[in-house]
Amino acid sequence: MTTSTTTAGQAEPVLPDRTRRRSRRRGTADDDPRPINWWATALVAVCSLTVLVPLYLAVVVALKTPEQLASGTGFEWPSPVRWDNFGEAWERTRFPQALTNTALITVGSVVLTLLTSSVVAYAIARNLHRRFFKGVYFYLLAALFIPFPIIMLPLVKQTAFLGLDNQAGLIVLYTIYGLSLNIFIYTAYIRSIPIELEEAARVDGASTWRVFWQVIFPLLTPMNATVGILTCVWAWNDFIMPLVVLTEPGSRTLPLAQYVFQGQFNTDYTVAFASYLMAMAPLLLVYVFSQRWVISGVTRGSIK
Amino acid sequence: MAAQTPTAGVQAPPHEDTPRTRRPRRLAQSTFYWMVWPALILFAAFHTLPVLTGIFYSLTNYAGYGDWNFVGLANYGNLFGDDRVLQAYGFSFLFAIVATIVTNVISLAIAMGLNAKIVARNFFRGVYFVPYVLAILVIGYVFQFFFSSSLPKILSSWPLFRDNILTNETWAWTAIVVLAVWQACAFSIIIYLSGLQTIPRELYEAASLDGAKAWRQFRSITFPLISAFFTINVVLSLKSFLQVFDPIVALTNGGPGTSTESVTLLIFRGGFSGGEFAYQTANAVIFFVVITVVSLVQFRVLQRREADF
Repeated sequence: MTTSTTTAGQAEPVLPDRTRRRSRRRGTADDDPRPINWWATALVAVCSLTVLVPLYLAVVVALKTPEQLASGTGFEWPSPVRWDNFGEAWERTRFPQALTNTALITVGSVVLTLLTSSVVAYAIARNLHRRFFKGVYFYLLAALFIPFPIIMLPLVKQTAFLGLDNQAGLIVLYTIYGLSLNIFIYTAYIRSIPIELEEAARVDGASTWRVFWQVIFPLLTPMNATVGILTCVWAWNDFIMPLVVLTEPGSRTLPLAQYVFQGQFNTDYTVAFASYLMAMAPLLLVYVFSQRWVISGVTRGSIK
Repeated sequence: MAAQTPTAGVQAPPHEDTPRTRRPRRLAQSTFYWMVWPALILFAAFHTLPVLTGIFYSLTNYAGYGDWNFVGLANYGNLFGDDRVLQAYGFSFLFAIVATIVTNVISLAIAMGLNAKIVARNFFRGVYFVPYVLAILVIGYVFQFFFSSSLPKILSSWPLFRDNILTNETWAWTAIVVLAVWQACAFSIIIYLSGLQTIPRELYEAASLDGAKAWRQFRSITFPLISAFFTINVVLSLKSFLQVFDPIVALTNGGPGTSTESVTLLIFRGGFSGGEFAYQTANAVIFFVVITVVSLVQFRVLQRREADF
């Protein structure tokens, strides 16, 4: 199953990506000879409102005064616009601190994940015919089925005992818990890389580590992108793991800050919405600028 | 293990015997073991060990603090007679089944729309993926405001919505479905889209020459050819919807009463603040068995259907 889907996975996503790039250069011209399907356009456009309208709602509520909000349904454009909500939310949620924590955890998890998962997957992929490595492979895959609640309660005790109830602990946990899926994604890809490339390097006297870092790792770039994106979105947005693991209020992440905020000031919608927007904005902005790349990256990883 | 590897490392430079006939019995080069062991040990320490600890505690009456005794399978026995637990399972399954169906129908329809020749295709593909990059908890608060403050004013003539659907014991779950589906569609659309792109366009041309209309083309070409993607999507969505947590916290927090309490939320609440550490761990073990069985059965059934085409 893995091998057959892999080939499809590698050959296919490249195609739409290229046509997309080409079409952008030529303006609207596409190599698709079909006439424009207006029914589909209408369906897609109308449905896309379900995505855009909540975002619009978040923006307009964040720009209102409580009185403006109380008088309407929430969708009206505010006049005058009130920017102070953002300043207030910035201070109340201690935004810089939460942002720093989230960014630190996300970057740490992504870097550590890319460096470790790929090495493990390489060792497994090149030795899958050996019993030990096959065992490791299936042991890690089996963990995909275990729901988080089963580990949740003992994990809290364990991380507190080891002093890992902080940002560093979360980085380690995201790296370890991501291992199962990442090994799955990487292994299939590494097995499709011809072994002759490595043999050539070995004949020249390179050690296995050197072969990995200088030959294999650079070839993994598309998979690194996929794994990096999935890990980044997960670590940035995750709520339940920081909720149960972190103990210090100073180490809380962005989603956690919103949760606490919601509890304390739940009547103050306008300030709350400003803080929601600020929590969503960083990843949303990154996405807007790297959109094409993100989608093709995720497509490659998802169809495994 | 470690004792054998050095010798293996010296005598087995892999390129010597690998080219055509790979002998499975041989030990790998020691470097490969060094690449795997650290990760394996950490994984066992932070994943498998907590799982085993959890299973151990599920056989005690540990409250999360203080003393504890062995109680054997008593926790498991009690689970089956606990109304709150049964209700949580009922809610989780109802929610997961409805959300899975709605997600897959909508995503498939939108993916087909995005795969057709439409205006501003790349823009729309980008838009539909936006929910995936937003934290469901945070955007959930926006939905909460919409359901509790905007909707009653917009649809004030409709009794169901006028009274804030989130406080309605019978219908609050539908609001959670809306939020969960809203986010889950992003990923499903991407998977379906990549499935649709594997279908050669010539098939449709041939079919329309034979006089097949749109519905017939969908039934006889599109759906059979993406059924592998359909299987993956359905299995994954049901599995993750069964574990629903964030959307509930954002919208109803399990209320009104316990009418929207999922199994995960119950385990979290009872285990951390309810003094039911051992009991809820037993619940988690049962939940694991349930999820695994459901996923495997689903996989078997759907794959058999795939083979029929």
